[in-house]
Amino acid sequence: MDIIITGLLLGGTYALIATGLNLQYGVARIMNLANGEMLVVGGFTAFALYTGAGISPVLTLFIVAPIAYALNWAIYRVMLRPLVKRAKSRGMLEQESILTTFGLSFTMVGLMLWIFGGSYFKYSFLARPFVLFGDNYGLNRIVAFLCAVIICGVLYLWLNHSRAGMAIRAVAVSPESARLVGIDVPKLSAHAFAIGGAVTAMGGAVISTFLTLDASTGVIFTMKALIIVIMGGVGDIRGTIIAALILGVGETLVASLINPGLTLAAAYGMFILILLFRPQGLFGRKPT
Amino acid sequence: MKRRTALKAAVAASAIVWAGAAFAADPIIVGAVAPKTGGLAGGSVVTHWPNIQLWAGEVNARGGLNVGGEMRLVEVIEYDDQTNPAETIKAITRLATQDNADIILAPYSTGLNIAAAPIMDKLGFPQITSTAATDQVGELSKQFPNMYFLLGSSSALANGAVNVMAEMRDKGEIGSRIAMVNVADAFGIELAAVAKPSFEAAGFEIVYETSYPLGTQDLSPIMKAAKAAEPDAFVAWSYPPDTFGLTEQAMIEDLNVKVFYTAVATAFPAYSAVFGPAAEGVMGIGGVNNGSADFLDYAARHEAATGQKPDYWASGMMYASLQILEQSIEASGTLDMAVINQYIKDHSFETVMGTIDFDENNNNASYWTVGQWQGGEFRGIASTGRDGAVAPVLKNGWK
Amino acid sequence: MTTRDWKNLVLGAVLLGIAALLPLTGDAYAIALGVNIAMYGVLATSWALFSGPTHYISLATAAFFGVGTYVTASGIDVLPYWALPPLAGIIGGILAGIVGLATLRLSGVYFVIFTLGLAEMIRQIVTWRQNATGHKGSYVLTDLTENHIYWQLLGVAALVYLAGWAIGRSRLGFALRIIGDDEQVASHLGINTAVSKVALFIVPGAVAAIVGAMIAPRYIYIEPSTAFTPMLSFQVVIMAMLGGTGRLWGPIVGVIPFTLLWEVISVSFPNQTTLLLGLCFLLIVYLLPNGFVGLFQKIHARALSKEAYQ
Repeated sequence: MDIIITGLLLGGTYALIATGLNLQYGVARIMNLANGEMLVVGGFTAFALYTGAGISPVLTLFIVAPIAYALNWAIYRVMLRPLVKRAKSRGMLEQESILTTFGLSFTMVGLMLWIFGGSYFKYSFLARPFVLFGDNYGLNRIVAFLCAVIICGVLYLWLNHSRAGMAIRAVAVSPESARLVGIDVPKLSAHAFAIGGAVTAMGGAVISTFLTLDASTGVIFTMKALIIVIMGGVGDIRGTIIAALILGVGETLVASLINPGLTLAAAYGMFILILLFRPQGLFGRKPT
Repeated sequence: MKRRTALKAAVAASAIVWAGAAFAADPIIVGAVAPKTGGLAGGSVVTHWPNIQLWAGEVNARGGLNVGGEMRLVEVIEYDDQTNPAETIKAITRLATQDNADIILAPYSTGLNIAAAPIMDKLGFPQITSTAATDQVGELSKQFPNMYFLLGSSSALANGAVNVMAEMRDKGEIGSRIAMVNVADAFGIELAAVAKPSFEAAGFEIVYETSYPLGTQDLSPIMKAAKAAEPDAFVAWSYPPDTFGLTEQAMIEDLNVKVFYTAVATAFPAYSAVFGPAAEGVMGIGGVNNGSADFLDYAARHEAATGQKPDYWASGMMYASLQILEQSIEASGTLDMAVINQYIKDHSFETVMGTIDFDENNNNASYWTVGQWQGGEFRGIASTGRDGAVAPVLKNGWK
Repeated sequence: MTTRDWKNLVLGAVLLGIAALLPLTGDAYAIALGVNIAMYGVLATSWALFSGPTHYISLATAAFFGVGTYVTASGIDVLPYWALPPLAGIIGGILAGIVGLATLRLSGVYFVIFTLGLAEMIRQIVTWRQNATGHKGSYVLTDLTENHIYWQLLGVAALVYLAGWAIGRSRLGFALRIIGDDEQVASHLGINTAVSKVALFIVPGAVAAIVGAMIAPRYIYIEPSTAFTPMLSFQVVIMAMLGGTGRLWGPIVGVIPFTLLWEVISVSFPNQTTLLLGLCFLLIVYLLPNGFVGLFQKIHARALSKEAYQ
């Protein structure tokens, strides 16, 4: 029982890491290798506000979200839109966005080093036990899980039950047909990219309550997020959430029952198996 | 560029003050290579770089180094090796051949120091390592006669912890059940491999043992399993992110042990800043003599010059390595590295960490192995022959 | 063989011969840079042999490189050094063959992420093995100097260029170009796409393992985190793309300026290296979308059209 709960808590964290990337990749078609850096930016903001001004990381979410939204919107308009325009095919855009966002991730790491320095960032927030069914869990992880549930839930409802959300999903399925039914694809892509960035930065703020970050750690999160997005199926929030939970529970099972030394190997192993048998991901549509 | 310009400005400023002495002489070029980015940057910006800044600032403020009667300022050239051994080698080559460095400082960490050893040896510079812990001291110093070791061997560091616990058990303060985990990286693997037979030889029972990959994001399964094994002592051969992560999980699980030991970063000032009173009684690798006036003075200067406190393990050793270089240059009155190397081998040095004397393997035989947070300070509790150890206390809960 | 082929072969041989003279200058710094350029040059060229025609972006370079490094690290006490790079090549080739069989039906981004995951998985397993056996970081202490490593790498470079040249003229190369243009057309034409792709995927796998085995004596102290660094895979892709993957000489044209630029930046701005590298990188992507090869072809085409009008 405690393995499942621990695994679900970890899975919630992973959902926070990956949901934003799925929006960016699934809708805006940008394979964002700077995703992890955006997450660390969110974490640093939470750290700075908590240690500097005593602002709770949960409140920080409301500060981080609009700023990250604006920042990512600007990144999309200034840096990525020209690539989308000049790309002749989806494959070419993928290649170019990999290269561009790789450069962007370097730039962001450089900026963070300049502003915050290279040392570790860690603070203690709600590092208290919380008893559930007779077992102890970190209160900060429970809070993070609740945040993940709320953020992903709101996002899911919004995508499925609002006009704008429907339009975004239409773009994810087929930008060409979306254009035909009068959807402003460039505008919505920018919107989706910005929301994705905002979700990622909020995830960073939440994660910083229990993980130790430094300016160069972003790449670890990017890799995790990529794996989860691909496992779940591109362009599908449901798939991402379920893949995140599977990965969380799977890693915890391996750590608890087999050997903690093999958790990461197990994660990549699971990922490789899913890719081999369902290359489009758990919930992905078969590429046409 | 910033730092170099800042130092140049400092050089210029002190040159005006000390115009009489420093006017004619060229500055001594000091080359420094260590991570500013990459996996080990988080450690080197605490332990390595601030000491270079402090030392160069102090030397220049007093007019420079006295080389054979001539006062010469120091100019530091810094390179970031991105925690990549190939970059370390390239940067050292560049310092020697393009920047004409007079001295090149040892890089940061065990792996990068070993990678740099052949090129440093070929160039003839003394490589006084202050952040390398290895059991290969004998072999390495035989192959690279100008490589010196301040931080000690991994065996001694691991056995120090074993001995502290063995003494506590013999006094009846703790039982003999040990939970031991390690990060699956060269350092953690090496220490765990040494500690396991030592614990068993000392009559301890290892009730839980595992490793976890570097970068593990959830350590709670480990702490839950460790707790379930009901140990009397918890030992982790850990790296900074997991040192913080394991401590936090121990608080959450309310791990009830009499000894809680984590390795790298336990001695960082940030550790007690993050955990506050819960850090009390936590043991960690390293240690210093907090009663020593030299160290306290150094710590105060470090904070004043760099805005951050030194850590309570390798920081002082890093500064000591610079003091050793400084004293060797001034005493031998030359920048001829062959002479300097001979001087280092033949003499003992007074440093902020006490007297340092290298043995026939270029090893500093007396160093701190275990420390403990007591009353908000990280104090040395075991060493291989340093003065000022305090008695260990029992870990008493996480409040 | 046409005269043009002979001319290219001779030209290539002469250029390599000139490159081999570098250690004679005795400039240690130039040689250290030379080793880096040769290493990335070999890796990027062999990478482009597969990824250029097929448009499959492989991030598995670090995996094969790391395997090669570990072949040397674990074999140096048992076997003579000269046996290790070929052994690494064989192991890397077999591994690439297995991976290729399993995964080359994945397309686009799935293949990219898969190869990235592969390097990480191999690293985790190596780390775990080391821990389970209580094995520490390995030491590779040899008498090899930078000069030796440099010459060895140049030797591999010559082989890679020969292989690339031969493949380009063979049925295999032709088949791969068709696959790259349109995989369905290729299979309609009766080309066994899977076999062709796997056959070619073995080349960069084996070469990266050989390079890893040769670089190990330079690292001396081998840890999984340095042997399997994912940065290596990215750097190789970027350098190859900067040069352009459409021509055999493309990648090296990217490797040389990139390595030098990297050097200039890290030397002049040690505290802002990462930031400036990122910015330069972005500039390159925007200004040179098809790499130097593309730029060259554009200039060439412009020159041709000018001639036509005259």
